[in-house]
Amino acid sequence: MRLTRANLVLGAFLIGAVVIGGVLAPWLAHTDPVMDANLMNAETAPGREFWFGTDGQGRDVYSRVLYGARTSLTVGIVSQLINSVIGVTLGVSSGYWGGWWDDWVSGLTNMMLAIPSLIFALAIMAILSPGITSLLIALGLTNWSYSCRISRAATLSLKGQGFVQAAKMLGYGDVRIMLTQILPNILGPIIVIGTLGMGGAVLAEAALSFLGLGIRPPAPSWGSMLSNAREQITTAPWVAIFPGLAIFFTVLGLNLLGDGLRDLLDPQSKARV
Amino acid sequence: MKPGGIALLEVEDLCLSVTAGGKSCDAVADLSFAIERGQIFGLVGESGCGKSITALALMGLLRRPLAWRSGKIRFKGQEIQALGPEAMRHLRGKHISMVFQEPMTALNPLATVGRQIAEMFVLHEGMGWHEAEKAAVRALAKVRVAAPDQRVKDYPHQLSGGMRQRVVIAIALACKPELLLADEPTTALDVTVQAEILELIHDLCAAQGTAVLLISHDLGVIAQSCERVAVMYAGRIVEEAGAQEVFQRPRHHYTRGLISSLPLLGARAINAANGRTKLQEIRGMVPAVTDFPAGCSFHPRCGMATQACIDRAPGLTRLEGGASVRCHHHA
Amino acid sequence: MTAYVLRRLWQMVPILLAVALLIFVIFSVVPGTFASATAADGRNVVDAQVLERMNREFGLNDPVHVRFGKYVAQLATFDLGISLRSREPVTVVLGQRLWPTLQLTLAAMLLALALGVPLGFVAALKSGGWVDSLSMVFAISGLSVPLFWLGLMLMYLFALVLGWLPSFGYGDPSHLVLPALALCVFPMALLARTTRAVVLEILHADFVRTARAKGMSEMRVVRWHLVRNAMVIVLTMAGLQFGSVIGQAVVIEKLFAWPGLGSLLVDSVSTRDIPVVQGCILCIVIFFLFSNLLVDVLSARIDPRIKYT
Repeated sequence: MRLTRANLVLGAFLIGAVVIGGVLAPWLAHTDPVMDANLMNAETAPGREFWFGTDGQGRDVYSRVLYGARTSLTVGIVSQLINSVIGVTLGVSSGYWGGWWDDWVSGLTNMMLAIPSLIFALAIMAILSPGITSLLIALGLTNWSYSCRISRAATLSLKGQGFVQAAKMLGYGDVRIMLTQILPNILGPIIVIGTLGMGGAVLAEAALSFLGLGIRPPAPSWGSMLSNAREQITTAPWVAIFPGLAIFFTVLGLNLLGDGLRDLLDPQSKARV
Repeated sequence: MKPGGIALLEVEDLCLSVTAGGKSCDAVADLSFAIERGQIFGLVGESGCGKSITALALMGLLRRPLAWRSGKIRFKGQEIQALGPEAMRHLRGKHISMVFQEPMTALNPLATVGRQIAEMFVLHEGMGWHEAEKAAVRALAKVRVAAPDQRVKDYPHQLSGGMRQRVVIAIALACKPELLLADEPTTALDVTVQAEILELIHDLCAAQGTAVLLISHDLGVIAQSCERVAVMYAGRIVEEAGAQEVFQRPRHHYTRGLISSLPLLGARAINAANGRTKLQEIRGMVPAVTDFPAGCSFHPRCGMATQACIDRAPGLTRLEGGASVRCHHHA
Repeated sequence: MTAYVLRRLWQMVPILLAVALLIFVIFSVVPGTFASATAADGRNVVDAQVLERMNREFGLNDPVHVRFGKYVAQLATFDLGISLRSREPVTVVLGQRLWPTLQLTLAAMLLALALGVPLGFVAALKSGGWVDSLSMVFAISGLSVPLFWLGLMLMYLFALVLGWLPSFGYGDPSHLVLPALALCVFPMALLARTTRAVVLEILHADFVRTARAKGMSEMRVVRWHLVRNAMVIVLTMAGLQFGSVIGQAVVIEKLFAWPGLGSLLVDSVSTRDIPVVQGCILCIVIFFLFSNLLVDVLSARIDPRIKYT
């Protein structure tokens, strides 16, 4: 119990800090993250004026990190939302109805699971123009397999239980049963998967932006800030360190929160990892 | 107790506690009984009365949140309740053995049955694996398993519940322990298999001189095999006597309730003549460990309860013939 | 068992075809074809006639179903087409990059298993103690670190500051150290957590209680009863992890200029070298399916309850 509470508190604290940073960025930042680029200040070490130093174009890293929080959080939340909606819809419906629909969805899920999700997202980003919307589509369409599997398994076991049978006897339609009987019972594990998935989405955004296929500079995304960092690593290591730390703490917060939520909402989880 | 002899196992005022949320209460209290060499001793009571915990305590297998609080356990004259884990380990398997309730999950699913029996010989008798596997075949034959040399190579999931329990018994009795703790050994088995297993335990232990502590909630099982019986309720022994006596002349109202709640098979007319038209029950429910009633813990369910029963917990009254009962108003 | 393996190999075919179709469809939607992508790079100034010739030469003007039909026919003969960029057969191009990727991913998985599983065991056996807390803090951190940032930091520390190891390239074993190290952290953390959870669960199982009742020391209980039972689940998790490791290898390969399938994939995606992209993805999927099969076969060897008829 103590550990659960510690997880939840620490996770919430970290995420809270990131959310506040992102939401209040216009007030907390010192400069405009894109426009204020003074080449004369390029690659200045962290100091009193530039808390996190400046990058190769003379932009304030601190401000860019703050604005980057908005991008990363948006990507994390929205893409996970899409994932969960797709996964739960497909999973619950295929578990409930069975038959050819189930075969079809299972086949699709098997195929999805055979392709590493980062590679799939990469392929999709390749055909869409880079930017946040494309990223949301790419990540949202490629990561739903796990929540689909879990929803399906949960639906299969709930399907035979008393209260579902009772609802059927009362004449509830299929969709109504799925929405009112089954969905509330799988909410716990889905929330946990969603929270942990958000961390994965943030990491994926960073990786894709690093590869040049996500968010392109000069947009202030943590991933794009790191894409040039390799060249500057010897001259200005702070350009890489701070965005990386930002990603680390955000994902850590999400993971801790997810762990705590799992202990709270889904203590019997077979997927305890 | 036999005059002039030391009992094999003596339990004196044993007290076991369970801790939850920072608070601890006694799951078992004032527990005292003795088992002679070669004797079959029955411990009967409903679920939650503390019988299994007692057995675990005797083996030194109590884990959080359960713990020994006070009292003595003497095995062959030596006090073992506070023995270190190493010393306790030497007793287990070799001198005191245990058979658990669930044969389906009691064996390692990834090792052959033969290997799991052979482990006993390797551990306690210093045999090599090859020799031990041969001894395992003999052990299986002893528990009346057909074609033991074939069965030895089987995995647990290939055997039925009854067969698995035989394997568990073979493991427990492999090194000829002096005391066998059998915790509900037949509860999970079919009725026909139950009788066979009980008979098996009885015969083997008689042959080897092993004493048995037979724990069950099933009065029939206890009546069939035991020489001496103790009845437990809410963590305490409420009655103890020879088996015949307990069933023919129960002295505690709980024991009486248990016995009369047994359905009597027979023509309806006979039952009606005895005034029985419905199954008799003991009203109320077994109290949770955290909610043991004050005074005599049985008083809320007892038809004979008086103010004294609520005020004072009864002590153990010794009666003639070696029986004892814990009641203010025993029969 | 052989029948099962053959059946699984046979079942891979529809999955691969489905993947091939999916990739094909995705890239047919691409607004830019290879030729115009080359032109758009600004590196080659190509006039309309050359563009037209390139399109005709590569059959890029044919309708989609014709192109896919041709592709499937080629696949049946293990011909993956020609790289639009280098004009070499795709199979040759892939062949050059296969081994480096295998090296990297296998090294990372082995490290992850060798370090993560024992860590999980120790954490579970000493549950509640400082070893447990410390290892789990380490594990959850390992799951939260952005991969290339880790690689970058490692590169910075060990190659640039300390100069112990080379910072990029391929050649002798010393080049493998940093990339493999960076790549192994995530699966190692996950395996440590899984192992810990599984071992804790088994420690409370009935058959472990029986083993203790036999008078076995805790160490023997672990060795004779715990390890095998835990390994079945851990192995399955490791197999699943392999797929994700292959995906993440893309990033590491790009960062360390490691000439493997991953960096090839990224490069050919940006140049729209479709045949190579398709070939890479198919190759990766085959890897993953094979590793899953291997894990299933190994599980069946360890766990006699698993029957593949």
